[in-house]
Amino acid sequence: MLEQIFQFLVTGITVGSIYALVGLGFALIYNASDVVNFAQGEFVMLGAMTAIALLGAGLPLALAAIAATLLTALTGLLLERCAIEPARGASVVTTIIITIGAAIFLRGAASLLWGKNSLPLPAFSGNEPINLGGATLLPQSLWVLGGTVLLVGLTRAFLNRTLLGKALLACSFNPAAAQLVGINVKVMLRLAYGLSAGLGAIAGILAAPITFSSYEAGIMLGLKGFSAAIVGGIGNPMGAVAGGLLLGVLEALGAGLISSGYKDAIAFVFVLMVLFFEPTGLFGHKIAERV
Amino acid sequence: MLIQRLLRIFIAIMLLVGVNGVSAAEPIKVGTFLTVTGPASFLGDPELKTLQMVIEDLNAKGGLNGRKIELVHYDTGGNAREALNFVKRLIQKDQVDLIVGGTTSGDSLAVIPEVEKARIPLISLAGAVEIIEPVRKWVFKVAHTDRMAAAKIFEDLRKRGLNKVALITGDGGFDKSGRAQILKLAPEYGMTLVADESYGNKDTDMTTQLTKIRATDAQAIINFGFGQAPAIVTKNIKQLGIDLPVYQSHGVASKTFIDLAGEAAEGVRLPAAALVVAEQLPDTDPQKPVLLAYKKEYEAKHGPVSTFGGHAYDGIMIAAEAIKRAGGTDKAKMRDEIEKISGFIGTAGVFNMTPEDHMGLNLDAFKMVEIRDGAWKIVE
Amino acid sequence: MRLAGFLVFAAVVLLLPVLFPNNYFVTVVGVAAGLHVILAVGLNLLMGYAGQISLGHAAFFGMGGYASAILTTHFDWPGWLALLAGLLVAGTIAWLLARPILRLRGHYLAMATLGFGIIIHVILVQATEWTGGPDGLGSIPPLNLLGWTIDNDAQWYWVIAAAMLLVIWLSLNIVDSRIGRALRAVRGSELAAQMMGIDTAHAKTQVFVVSALFAAFAGSLFAHQQAFVSPDSFSLMVSVELVTMVVLGGIASTFGAACGAIALTLLHEGLVVFEDYEMIIHGGLLMAVMIFLPQGLFVGLTQGIQRSWSWIVLGRGAKAQRNSAVS
Repeated sequence: MLEQIFQFLVTGITVGSIYALVGLGFALIYNASDVVNFAQGEFVMLGAMTAIALLGAGLPLALAAIAATLLTALTGLLLERCAIEPARGASVVTTIIITIGAAIFLRGAASLLWGKNSLPLPAFSGNEPINLGGATLLPQSLWVLGGTVLLVGLTRAFLNRTLLGKALLACSFNPAAAQLVGINVKVMLRLAYGLSAGLGAIAGILAAPITFSSYEAGIMLGLKGFSAAIVGGIGNPMGAVAGGLLLGVLEALGAGLISSGYKDAIAFVFVLMVLFFEPTGLFGHKIAERV
Repeated sequence: MLIQRLLRIFIAIMLLVGVNGVSAAEPIKVGTFLTVTGPASFLGDPELKTLQMVIEDLNAKGGLNGRKIELVHYDTGGNAREALNFVKRLIQKDQVDLIVGGTTSGDSLAVIPEVEKARIPLISLAGAVEIIEPVRKWVFKVAHTDRMAAAKIFEDLRKRGLNKVALITGDGGFDKSGRAQILKLAPEYGMTLVADESYGNKDTDMTTQLTKIRATDAQAIINFGFGQAPAIVTKNIKQLGIDLPVYQSHGVASKTFIDLAGEAAEGVRLPAAALVVAEQLPDTDPQKPVLLAYKKEYEAKHGPVSTFGGHAYDGIMIAAEAIKRAGGTDKAKMRDEIEKISGFIGTAGVFNMTPEDHMGLNLDAFKMVEIRDGAWKIVE
Repeated sequence: MRLAGFLVFAAVVLLLPVLFPNNYFVTVVGVAAGLHVILAVGLNLLMGYAGQISLGHAAFFGMGGYASAILTTHFDWPGWLALLAGLLVAGTIAWLLARPILRLRGHYLAMATLGFGIIIHVILVQATEWTGGPDGLGSIPPLNLLGWTIDNDAQWYWVIAAAMLLVIWLSLNIVDSRIGRALRAVRGSELAAQMMGIDTAHAKTQVFVVSALFAAFAGSLFAHQQAFVSPDSFSLMVSVELVTMVVLGGIASTFGAACGAIALTLLHEGLVVFEDYEMIIHGGLLMAVMIFLPQGLFVGLTQGIQRSWSWIVLGRGAKAQRNSAVS
């Protein structure tokens, strides 16, 4: 029984780290603009699908992965420039609908470019399961976990230690003040989208050998990533990461210990409980409203 | 200036209308509603391509009874409500003569009352046994039922002397109705279900459910589903080192499953239409020429065949045969001819329809196949 | 002004089947549009006036639909009684949820409603013995209203049209009532409203329940009209589409919500011809409308009509229009 629970935890953390990376992308854009980017899941999908396509065209895996990440980051930048920026004065809800439109657009583009089938990416270092104290792990899961730790660490360092990163954070606290201090808020926004898209792409590429990818893969990932970001306290990038891991573990434990049919419902019941007791998420800033 | 422009536009419109008004003999309109996008898109896509291909061929040979065939198609995205709306559109706006379609059971079941009300023949391509049971006057189907799949699997298990099975299914209509049939048939074959796990069709990791299965005394695992999830289940089984016979359903009888599951697919068995093992059939098998011909033509244009495309082939060919014999598109006559279809060799098997059996296939139409060396092999 | 607008709209709705008899677009698409309008108008009360985003509205739609389906097929209840039961269930659940959920703000509220919607959807899919599972429940008997059995599309048009006009009328009245003013105060600033003595929690609960009731009402009608229900019609995607309708049409406007609902329903029908390109065009159009008409279609349309009127009839050029004060 204990061995089983250990396997559930291992599974939960592996799945949760993918959610964590997606949630991180949500948090970054939210930080820079107060907007929840519903196309975030599609960035993850684009990264994976582009990498698969480039691999199929003959590029070696590493090159395909890097190129796919850059192309997706570029897509994020373009999205910001062409769809978000022209609507600069719009309300938050309107901008969210724009991102929803963008998500549908990207999904449609993917279905036209690459068809409707699920596609695999070869595992980076083979498929031999690794035995960890009674639980088994795929080598690719280690890539996912390692990648998550690395990316989260780098993002954290970027946000807290570099000038550019701090400027990005400043935009969320008070865009007007940030502008007064000389920060080009427009550029910061583009950076946020590009960065989120790039992060999402890497998450997609790392996960695709395990989860496959298809033009629709972004919907579920977007949902889980959004949930992760909220549970962790939107606006807190590290909170989003914690939220993702927690969500993954809850799902696995719910499926393993209670009911596999209702596991999604169980996970969301917990999410609701968290929100009822911590209305701004586990690690979110308390919202101060101006009267 | 403006008036000249308006006049030109007016004349253009009149010409268009006029040209459309003058036409050759009325085309035969076949309507179809398929899941070309959405979770079942990898079923609906080959179906649409097959229908278009066969109709093109028939038209090249002069059509049916001297009339060309026109296909009117809509994509339901796997949403039963869309299916109903599109069937209403096919009947009321497009005024089709008959309908070949309904990729999924959900889509097909949803439109049955409408089709019965409008008294138009429907040939469904979906699996659920409820589509033709109870028999309804205007509804037929050409795909094996989920009950047949369950029976075939249990038959094979019995031959191997196994009787404790673990079941794992997804949350789609196909999955759940397959599960219902498995639960119903199990006692008849002396099978006991020791586990009944469930996953979401978009899930990417089923190790949790399989860990629970590993802890039971199951002698075999049955996974009833389609799409990418069964491939993930199969990979997870290998990852967890579970060394039990694995049975899939006919939902994964396509090359995509082998590509996705990779080495983990070795040894997996499933009931499938003979289409996937056409070359291995003895030359005396009456199905062989039909299968090879379809396979050759489809693969030249679109890549590997799928049994679902095969169902579309059967559907349109039976419809064409019925139209030919009815000598026209009188809906009641076409319906009667469909019901009289006998000895018809299709990709799914040999069809023998009767007033009590609007599907016409028996258990022999399914072959038990096993994946060996990345290819399908008939199990003797 | 509003009354005039409502009467014009009602006249158009009632005349359509007369002008275009036996037309698929009027009966089938019209019925779909009418149901969407009922849902969107109810959601707009919550989002536009109380400022609460709900990404789980389809759950209440589903409660009405499945209540009617289950009670009439499993238990042989008469349709109107099942409809009332559906209203009761949805209203009670909304009332119970209101306090804890409405304490949340912004995206947290959106997440809570999203979670709620998903929980309901999972139950609809998994509780197979009651709900029929993913393929849903079929063979729902036709609705019988005071002896009149509604069993074809043309008749449903009238029923849905009447229901829709009723809902719009109710919504316009709520907006102009004391409750409506209290809600608008809450939207402006909840703290300020509280200081003025408005029981904001009570107001928000009331509107949450009302919007849930509208949705359940639509759900029951939907179940009988289609003669089947399946979880696909009540998924997260549907909730998102409803939110899109409200925002697209113009938030905080009953006519805006109606406009958005009709526009998106028509768009969906129209896009069918584009097959593979449908998604790209759909996404592109959504983005374009929201970028160029951020206040929504309804405001955009009325402004467009006012400008055209000004130009055609009064001969005023664009500059003169901008100079003359336009509301």
